[in-house]
Amino acid sequence: MENEVTIRIGGESGEGTISGGDILALASARWGYHVYTFRTFPAEILGGPCLFQVRIGEHPIKSMGDYADVLICLNKEAYDRNISELRTGGVLIYDPADFTPDASDFITYAIPFNEIARKEVQLFQTKNMVMLGAISGLFGPPLEAVVQVVESRLSKSRKSNPILMEKNMLALEIAKKYVTEKLSKHDPYQLGPVEKGDRYVLNGNQAVVAGALAAQCRFFAGYPITPASDIMEALAKELPAVGGTFLQAEDEMAALAAVLGASYGGKRAMTATSGPGFSLMTELIGLASMTELPVVIVDAQRAGPSTGMPTKMEQSDLSFALSAGHGDTPRMIVAPADVADCYSLIITAFNMAERYQMPVLFLTDQGLTARVESVDRAAFKPMPIEERMQFVEIGANGSGSNSTSFNGHSTSAAAEAMAHSFARYAYTASGISPITTPGPGAVAYVATGLEHDEHGHPDYEPEDHTAMMEKRFRKLDTAASELPGPPRYGDEDADIGIIGWGSTEGAIQEAIDRARTKGYKVVSLHPRILSPLPDRTIRDFIRSVKKVIVPECNYSGQLANLLGAKYGLQAIRVNKFGGIPFTAGEILRAIEEVS
Amino acid sequence: MVTESTIVLTPKDFKSEVKPTWCPGCGDFGVLSATYQSLASLKVAPDETVVVSGIGCSSRFPHFMKTFGFHTVHGRALPLAQGLKMARPDLNIVALGGDGDFFSIGVGHLVHAALRNIDITAIVMDNEIYGLTKGQTSPTSPHGHVTKSTPYGLMASQFNPIATALTLNVSFVARGFSSKPKEMAALIQQGMNHKGFALIHVLSPCPTFYNTFDAWKASVTPVPADHDTSDRSKALALAMETEHPYMGLFYKEERPTMDHAAHELVQNAKEFDIDKYMARYA
Repeated sequence: MENEVTIRIGGESGEGTISGGDILALASARWGYHVYTFRTFPAEILGGPCLFQVRIGEHPIKSMGDYADVLICLNKEAYDRNISELRTGGVLIYDPADFTPDASDFITYAIPFNEIARKEVQLFQTKNMVMLGAISGLFGPPLEAVVQVVESRLSKSRKSNPILMEKNMLALEIAKKYVTEKLSKHDPYQLGPVEKGDRYVLNGNQAVVAGALAAQCRFFAGYPITPASDIMEALAKELPAVGGTFLQAEDEMAALAAVLGASYGGKRAMTATSGPGFSLMTELIGLASMTELPVVIVDAQRAGPSTGMPTKMEQSDLSFALSAGHGDTPRMIVAPADVADCYSLIITAFNMAERYQMPVLFLTDQGLTARVESVDRAAFKPMPIEERMQFVEIGANGSGSNSTSFNGHSTSAAAEAMAHSFARYAYTASGISPITTPGPGAVAYVATGLEHDEHGHPDYEPEDHTAMMEKRFRKLDTAASELPGPPRYGDEDADIGIIGWGSTEGAIQEAIDRARTKGYKVVSLHPRILSPLPDRTIRDFIRSVKKVIVPECNYSGQLANLLGAKYGLQAIRVNKFGGIPFTAGEILRAIEEVS
Repeated sequence: MVTESTIVLTPKDFKSEVKPTWCPGCGDFGVLSATYQSLASLKVAPDETVVVSGIGCSSRFPHFMKTFGFHTVHGRALPLAQGLKMARPDLNIVALGGDGDFFSIGVGHLVHAALRNIDITAIVMDNEIYGLTKGQTSPTSPHGHVTKSTPYGLMASQFNPIATALTLNVSFVARGFSSKPKEMAALIQQGMNHKGFALIHVLSPCPTFYNTFDAWKASVTPVPADHDTSDRSKALALAMETEHPYMGLFYKEERPTMDHAAHELVQNAKEFDIDKYMARYA
């Protein structure tokens, strides 16, 4: 019996496929297992094929799995679409009333989901509960674990609709009884009892929200867009409880403008969007960069171009993020690799924005936004909060300028500037200049999108534009010297290197694990911060291996292009752009091919 | 509503060392001095006041003020000002710009500022022409107007700022004229004292590209003394009278503001506790 199983459920959007899958994942996690989900659904609210896949295992899980061990087809279309993803010898579950599969390569269980729901439970909506009861009976987790999750999920509607709750419980029990009594189990998958870990179960968007709140984000403005809307909805609900405010803007330009206004007012502020909204925000990214104000922008990437595929993942906004906005516009880019990163790195992103007074783009993707992982609780701890460097008038509190959070960089410019008036954009060695925030006693300044002198006054002199441009870009050098570089994963003496970014890390690491058991020597580097790039770490990495594979979920090889331009790297490009994440098997094949 | 300063202030206290970039005779000079005057009379604290502008001749305004300021990009003064007010309701916020900013590239934002009724004061300096870009047509240019971009005459209708503001349900709607600084200062004061979104439309001629100075001087008429400023239909009737533009307060109503409502919600705010928050995912 194997304590690991990948279950795929294919069905029709709107009939509870996804919610059933979510319950299965959560019940398994509470039963003590690690979980990792993958889902696709149509952009429409009702109708269209959707699928939910959950990999459940005793040990930490890094990717969605190459193939499903168990495929549950809630209709014939689900069978046609997904049967190629079921491993040979895997388990196929279907309703004989829907179709009869030609499935000699698989173990098959015929379960009359529709009939049980309609005739025995007498409520068709319980079809997904019938499915869950069957899964529980065949593979685990125990029915009690499922019941507990269903109860907590439906606790709100229980009072208004006690019959629905009763019927759900009935469906679970009848289905379990059916598979125990009517089917003879002859597959190897059984989730036995395991030691319970101390874990949270959540998706990327939820972790971003938790991180933003922990990072003391106290203003959010946004415009609804798939797959980023969850972040907006959650912060709309949560911000008041911690003293924050929220604005649903009329468009994405207004959203980022409002965030910039709040940042000018001293608040840690952010917005979240996806490609089409991000495109609209570019003029304000330029303004944030020019006025040197901290803002955090989450771009939950989806398949483009244009409206593209709103509910499908792609890593295709990197090139745009690197240059979004006209003119030479410094910005920073952070790309989380997993759910734990979504929490810790959004805090880092806020700290970077505040410290370097610059827009920080946070690139997640649709896959990561909706991916549910079980994560050790230790990953969700309070983290240090970096304040922006405040300008304080000489004599205030008997001291010069405030440099408490300013690691050793000279602030004498600030003190000197006071002799004239407040030099908001004082030239400093680090490029970072002290700021003030409107309020009683604060020294005023004007933030402007025009080129300006140290005092913020419009200024078009060639030497001043040159110096101010250098000052703004100097902050990236400062950041590069202060921010930690990415660790390597794999063999130190490897011949094959892999450089990846964003949500592909798990699949890359799992591929490396599997390649190493086959005798290959492979190492990977996965920078979280893509602007500024850790030049030396990347150069050393490239030099240390013979070949570098760059796997990316995009057509043009956007990271590979960047590495080629910056370091002359001729990468072996592995691109996938169908809207679905990499499996570890696909990356393993690439390793085998170049070896 | 304004946050008052405890120090006695004069108009000079609001004047920065930056010299205005406007052409001689520009109507915006009148608006600037009326603004200095109103802020001083209102005892508004410069360090608790932010002037937010867009792009255009008039949007240079913040640089000439000693208050905090934000000279943003074209059309975005209103959303930036609203974000600032939502985050910092303690500050006095003035959003200003020209007819291009408010009635063309940023007109979408005007609709939502009106609906939200966030407590900021907007001053729109309207010269019925694009001045900074040297003389193209504007939404407020009259039909048939020949400009560099309408060499055969403007084929579109003229935008009516006051009528639009009234139908959008802006809670304070007024019009001033740059050549009447005293009346305008009074309107700015009322606008800033108003709790909610106030729109002050200012006729501010461009002597270089479309000199409407004499025409307005001859046609501008004070709002009738007996006008009931709580009657929106009557205000709308006045707004439709474009041959003789009325000057003064058209309409005013007190209604809830979004910034106030949002800050009512935070009254019982507590420190964020990550462990407590994460319990939902346990």
